Order: sequence, then C-alpha cells, then structure tokens
Amino acid sequence: MTDLSEFEAAVSSPHVPNDELDSDEVNALIESVSPSRLALRRFMRHRVAMASLVVFTLIAIWIILAPITARYGEIEILAPFNGKRGLNSPGAKAWFGTDQLNRDLYSRIIWGGRVSMFIGLTVALFASVIGTLVGAVAGYRGGIIDDMLMRTTDLFLAFPTLVLLLVIRNLFDQLTWLNWLVGDLKSIRFIIVLLVALSWMSVARIVRGTVLSLKEREFVEASVALGSSAPRIVVRHLIPNAIGPIIVALTTSVVAAIVAESTLAFFGFGIDPVYKTSWGGLLGDSKGQVLTGKWWLLVFPGAVFVITIMCINFIGDALRDAFDPKQGQARR
Amino acid sequence: MIRFILRRLLWAIPTLLIVTFLVFVAIRVGTDPVASYLRINSRASPAKIQQYKEANGLIGTIPEQYVRWLWKFVRFDWGVSIKGRVPVWPSIKAALSNTFILGAFASVIGITVGLGIGILASLKQYSKFDSLSSASAFIGLSIPPYISAVLLQLVFSYYVTKWFDLSKPFLPPSGVYPPGHGDNFDLFLRFKHLILPGTVVAIQTIAVYSRYMRASLLEVKNSDYLRTARAKGISETRVIVRHALRNALIPIVTVAAIDVGAIIGGLIITERIFEYKGMGDFFLTAFENGDFPQLMPWMVLVVISLILFNLLADVAYAFLDPRIRL
Repeated sequence: MTDLSEFEAAVSSPHVPNDELDSDEVNALIESVSPSRLALRRFMRHRVAMASLVVFTLIAIWIILAPITARYGEIEILAPFNGKRGLNSPGAKAWFGTDQLNRDLYSRIIWGGRVSMFIGLTVALFASVIGTLVGAVAGYRGGIIDDMLMRTTDLFLAFPTLVLLLVIRNLFDQLTWLNWLVGDLKSIRFIIVLLVALSWMSVARIVRGTVLSLKEREFVEASVALGSSAPRIVVRHLIPNAIGPIIVALTTSVVAAIVAESTLAFFGFGIDPVYKTSWGGLLGDSKGQVLTGKWWLLVFPGAVFVITIMCINFIGDALRDAFDPKQGQARR
Repeated sequence: MIRFILRRLLWAIPTLLIVTFLVFVAIRVGTDPVASYLRINSRASPAKIQQYKEANGLIGTIPEQYVRWLWKFVRFDWGVSIKGRVPVWPSIKAALSNTFILGAFASVIGITVGLGIGILASLKQYSKFDSLSSASAFIGLSIPPYISAVLLQLVFSYYVTKWFDLSKPFLPPSGVYPPGHGDNFDLFLRFKHLILPGTVVAIQTIAVYSRYMRASLLEVKNSDYLRTARAKGISETRVIVRHALRNALIPIVTVAAIDVGAIIGGLIITERIFEYKGMGDFFLTAFENGDFPQLMPWMVLVVISLILFNLLADVAYAFLDPRIRL
C-alpha cells in the first residue's frame, strides 16, 4: 500500500458498501437482528399502520363476538314500532335504524361482517397458497408452465373483474362435474371457490417475479451444488425468501376478495339474502332507498366497510415498506 | 415502427380468434340460450324453438356453432336480442357512444386533475399538501364506486333538493336524459346527467393518477440527467418542465392508454347505479337476461378495444422514449 489514495479508497469503502444499506440495516448488522425482526421494527414505526391495526382488531373482535355484541338475530324481524313496519330511522330501539323488513341494521352489520370477513380471509388464504405454489414452480422451472401461467393470467387480468366474475359464476353453476366443489349457486362456498379461482393469479404473478430474481442468487446455486431436489429448493429456499411479497399479496387479496364479494352481493349475485347477509348485501339494500332519504341504510354499512378496507390497505402498505424499504421510498 | 405495428396487428387476429372462442365457450356453456329463450317465451312450440335454434346457429357441436357465429359476425349479421327482439348493432352503437362520452368526460377531468395534484405533491415532497393529497388518494382508493355513487345520489339528488325546496332533483340520479325526453340532443341536460356518474369515475382516476405521477416524478427528480441539466445553468422551471416532466410522463402515458381501452367495458358499476345506458349497463342487462346474441358482440368489442389500446400503449412508449427501438 504505497499510494495514499488507494489507502483512502480502501478505508472509505468498507466490507459492506454503505450506500446500499439504510440506517436500519446498518444498525441491524451491528446488533445482529434478523430480517423479519427488522421488518417488524419498521412496521411498528409506521404510526398510521399501527393505528389501523388497532382499529381493525377492534372491528374484528366486534364481529367475532356477534352473539354478544349483536342486539338482534341476523334475520330477526322486529315487531312494528314508531308505527312503522320497516325503515325506522335510528333510535333507542334500533341504533342504526331498520331496513325495509324492519330488521335491525346495527345487528345486521355485525352478522354481515362475519360473512364478509370470513369470505375475505378464506379466499386470501387459499389464493395465497395456490398462487405461491404455482408462481414459485413457474418462476423456478420456466418453460411451458411459465408461459401458460403468464398467458392465462394476461387474458384474465385484461377483462373487467365484474364481467369475469359473472361469466365464470354462470360457468361454474352449469358445469355439473364441478358440483362437489362449488355447491349451491347462492352459498358462501360457491362465492369462495369463485373468488379463489380468480384471485390466485395475481399472487402467482408476484411470487413468480420474486422467484425469478431469487433463483439467480448464490444460496440457490449452493443448494443445487449440494444436490437438493427442485421441490426442496422451491419449498425450503425460494418460498421462505419470498415471504415478504407473499404476505403483502395476502393482504391485497383480502381487500380484493371483500370488495369483489360485496360487488357481487350489491348487484344481487351474492349469497342468498334470505338466510344470510354480507356488507355488500346491506349496501345493495340502500340502492333504491337513498332517493327517499333513508340515509342510514347507506351511511352505517358504508362507513364500517370503508374503514375496514382502509385499515387493511394501510396495514398492507406498511408491510410493503417494512419488507422492501428501498422500493417504498419513492411512494412514501 | 410501421413494421412493428403491422406485425402486432397481424398477431392480433389469432389472439382475437382464440380469445373469442374461449369467451364463446364460456358464455355458451354458462348461459343456456334455449333456457333464456324459454324464460321469455314460455309457451313456445317445439317448431318455434327449432326455428329459434336455427336462426341463432345453436345446432351442432360448440366449435361448429362458433364457426357459424363467427361467419355471421364478420358479415355484420349480428341478429336480434332474445328479449324484445331488438337489433343488436343499433343498441350496442348507442351504448358505445354513451360510454364514450362518460368515459371521455371522466378521464379528461380525472387524469388532468390527478396529474396536477401528483406534480404539485412531488415538487413539494413531505409538505402539508403532499401528505393531504396522499391521504385523500388513499381514502379515494378505499371507497368502492358503488358506495360513492349511492352517497352522491343521497346528497345531490335527495338532500340538496330537499334543503333548497326544489321541485326537480338538483342533480338527476339516473338516466342519460330525463324520462320522457327522448333522444333529442340537449347539451345542458346531457351535461347535468353526466356530473354524478362522471364524478364517481373521476374520483378513482384522480386518486390513481396522482399516485402514479407523484411516484414517477420523484424517481426522475433523483436522476443524474436532472443534475446535469441544472449544472448547465438551465432555469428551474425549464428543468422541471422540459427535462423532468417529459420523462416522468412516459410511463404514465402507457398506463393511461391501457386504462382508456378498459373504459369500453369497465364502467359497469357506475353505469348500472345511475341507469346510464352505456356499455356496462348493456352488458349487465344482457347478462341478466341470458341474452346470448347481445353478449358475444359486447365481448368482442371489449377484447378488440383492449388489444388496440395495448398496442397503442406500446407504440406511444416507443415514440416517447427514444431509448426503445421497435
């Protein structure tokens, strides 16, 4: 080391290049914190997301404890009061007013929330599992599986969602050999299968993209050199390393599923409204009634719906930042 | 460039054939045309049913039916609807022009306002305006169109009318023209009926495009060529307008092209709630009636528009970004 400038260069560029790490990551190296710990820490610092998490938890508890929190049954018709057999405005007897059949809106929002949330979470779960597996295999293997995945999803993502939902809904209903899986046209199971059939694709595309970049990394090469089988590499190395994008995709699909279900229910293509209701079904009830000023039918279910969607969106956004801070910088 | 466009257009033909075949099978299997016919003509004689089947090419295997349908379709023999026996082409033409007007109205307002907000927000990053616009965009994206649509109806068609004691709704909650008006063109009435549905679509567009624009411009702002431009001593306005904006708009133009292409089939929710007789309402009505002769042309038009506008997006990208060679 005879030249001074060479020495300076060596000192100023230490083992880990500084400009590629943010301060969190440098601290993490010093304290030796795991990446998931680091992500959690970043998430916690996101104040709006933490508030959203609290609100979302409260709504979830409110809905899960329906037998305690709801004042009346799901389809219980109240005896006429205030001289009206229906459409009573909010008051002591019915906090959020009643609908056309004199059913308590407050209770129905809770019961309907159960259906909406159940559908949202179940669909997201199934869609993520299927999407992750297909996306990881397509990304790792490439070739014809990959081409088929990309072409099919291109086709499906191009169409308006509602058109796809409706056309496939009819198709599932008519295909008798699918009956064991989809069940009755107006059942919750039918909606879940329908939504899973369409929503795994966006998860698969995200996972595929992540796996495409992961499979060129050294640890995969090392695993191949050690003689690991392809399924082992996918399950043990690729999927765990893609967990960040997968979790973000999961939250996005929860929102997508809840919104899709309520769109269907809003237009009367959802679950059978005689026995059960969902938030979309309640919103659909408001459609014809606002022009005569029955504001409560829209405002209460609408507010609960939008607040829930917003909470999940904020949580998802914070998770994205937490797992991938560099990508998030432009958006923040 | 011309060769690229021609090649893509040639490719569009097999794509169109494959997609329409898949759609044909899906709709043909999903909605039984004979059942739809019987629902409306419940006492049709077997001879009548046979006649209906022949008129609509419902004989033979599904691939045969597809070929027969395609042959009639390309000769512009689009037939009549099952319900009401209305000729398909004139009604779809009217729906197309209605959707075009609503889409153009909403996208022009939505995209210009959205881009404006995005530009201001990224020029003053972390300012009050920036956080306010980000928060509003987030709220706007979390409100599904059917909630904002019904809310607007409640406020502007019911409450404002009630407070000011108007005899007619302040803003009409439905239709393209007031009932009984007919189809005579009337700019003022037309515009009045566009405001509410247009606002619903514009809210979503503003929210999306302000986010796009902000992200895109922020990325460009950190680029080396902007530093070079400033180092050359160019005024700040010129740096922003000529160097930053020009580059930041490139990805947005392509997204906008694809979005505009999707409008043809994509305003279903808004159009249905406002009973606006556009393509979305046309689809939903045809779907509810199981009206096969109406559904297929609708699908084909939507697919053609998607393919064309995707091509347009690629061409625009190459045209605006000299780094891309076709």
